[in-house]
Amino acid sequence: MLGILASIIDGVLVGLVYGLAAMGLTLIWGVMDVINLTHGTMIVAGMFGLYLLANALGLPPYMALPPVLVGGFFVGVLLYWVAIHRMVGRPPLMSLLSTFSVNLMLVGVGTAVWGTALFNVEVSVPGISMGRYTFPGAHIVAAVLAAVIAGSLYLFLQHTRMGKAVRAVANNREAAELVGIPTTRVLAITVGCGVALAGVSGMLIGTLFPFTILSGDGYQLKGFVVTVLGGFGNPVGALLGGVALGLLEGAVTPFVPVSWTLVIEFVLFVLVLIAFPGGFFASRRGAL
Amino acid sequence: MLLLRLMRRPFFWIIALAIAVFAIAPTIGNNVQLRESLLLAALYITLASNLNLMLGYAGYINFGSIVFFGLGGYICVWLVNSYSWPLGWSLLAAGVCVSALALFFGLGILRLRGAFFALSTIGIVEAVQAFTENFTPWGGSSGIYLPGSIFAPLGGAGHALWVIYFIMVAVMGASLYLSYAIKSSKFGLGLLAIGQNEDAAAILGVPTPLYKALVYSVSAFLPAIAGGLYFFKSAFIQPSDAFDLTLSTESLVVAMLGGQGTVTGVALGAYLYEELRGYLLTSSTFANFQLVISGALLLLIVLFFPGGLMGFIYSRFPRTQKVLE
Repeated sequence: MLGILASIIDGVLVGLVYGLAAMGLTLIWGVMDVINLTHGTMIVAGMFGLYLLANALGLPPYMALPPVLVGGFFVGVLLYWVAIHRMVGRPPLMSLLSTFSVNLMLVGVGTAVWGTALFNVEVSVPGISMGRYTFPGAHIVAAVLAAVIAGSLYLFLQHTRMGKAVRAVANNREAAELVGIPTTRVLAITVGCGVALAGVSGMLIGTLFPFTILSGDGYQLKGFVVTVLGGFGNPVGALLGGVALGLLEGAVTPFVPVSWTLVIEFVLFVLVLIAFPGGFFASRRGAL
Repeated sequence: MLLLRLMRRPFFWIIALAIAVFAIAPTIGNNVQLRESLLLAALYITLASNLNLMLGYAGYINFGSIVFFGLGGYICVWLVNSYSWPLGWSLLAAGVCVSALALFFGLGILRLRGAFFALSTIGIVEAVQAFTENFTPWGGSSGIYLPGSIFAPLGGAGHALWVIYFIMVAVMGASLYLSYAIKSSKFGLGLLAIGQNEDAAAILGVPTPLYKALVYSVSAFLPAIAGGLYFFKSAFIQPSDAFDLTLSTESLVVAMLGGQGTVTGVALGAYLYEELRGYLLTSSTFANFQLVISGALLLLIVLFFPGGLMGFIYSRFPRTQKVLE
């Protein structure tokens, strides 16, 4: 019984990180109706950023967070100009193809440079014990950091001038343009933030689990499931969706082999989409 | 009826000519190298034409078309290996099973529209791959090896490769005619309407969920057979080969390169891409960067030439529209 409880608590901790990973996806999706298929690879880029900074340069693992955040932002702005700018407002299938092709290039370069070997970053944070069970310290730190970053995104969107502009553009791009919001700049910054979130969440996941250059696909799929659970374009919903997914994983892992969890999550994805086309936690359209 | 109508158009005979060239060219002087290169081209044409049924006609991106190919390969290799079925029946069984599965799944996921469908096809790849890795009769992650003796009923390994090649060319021909026939039928008109505006199509009486599920299932049949042939030929199958992202992507690139929604364009794109790829693989600089080049090519097409090769030809020579579908 305690085992299942521990497994569930750990699920919530990891779920917060998944929620953060999905936030970047849902932010871009909600603001410009573009599904960023490079998301998984950006998560992996965060992991490798952590690996390079921590193992090659010898920084303490959590010190990798600021550089990954800033680097991710600039990569995101670049991504916007290369693949997304010309696609905004065109059929969503075109932006799927354009981000997909950028993703291919990134994966291609990644596999050529690093191969598909397993990488690991050692993090030593003392855990918290509860009876016979110990919650790994890395999980707790990652969950706290994820919650803090998610909270700051919420504050940014709700209380800063730029954040309000992002919400306005999400709500109605033409009207935003009419009242003098530089929409192109706002869109570029939004993609920057989305990719920065992906990178940071990847960095945090990298402190929890070993990873390869191809790990991104699985996390991207989780991101879609979380987005669908949480409602599209709803960052707070994404965090809730992440926790829900983490709970599910925590509750399921003691009973089924690990490689099946992705299948179960995918089935959930389809079922939720069919039953609740607007998302599970979606209360209203344009929750941004 | 449809067949007679099609036979009166020149395009029918253009396809026939292309198939004849494929079938005859390598037999002149027993040119094995040309045969291998044309085999790959035929495979690309098969995969891309069938992908085009979804992408070009109905406007649905299927990122998981490789699932048909891989599952078909698995079913065929498994039947040949464990039950000693003859190749022909195994191929047919692979096609029918995968089509039926696609129909079953299609009725479920095709209720999702546009981007959501595209996302769920990514999920299907993951799900099927996880299934095969855990399914012990298919050898789990280590796959199935066929013994060398399986080529014996086809007259030894050397002869078997020719038989496989001719079947592949037949599958390619069937794909081209299928694309053409669907495009000229009422069913195809319904699909094109779905591609233009799904709501309007539904209002005008196109049974959209049924049509989408049907085309999804139809587009699974020939790739499954091609997969069976391909893995029978290599006498070995494992999950990472069967569900290789590269091939799935390449079919997309090929369909976009040639011009989505056209029959000629996709075939032309497949052939060109195969030649390009052959060059890239032999050049030492580019061998590791195949995905990068596919990606860059796709990006350029999507950004600047969404009509593909045929879009360019149509706009330059408007008359070709009447002849080349």
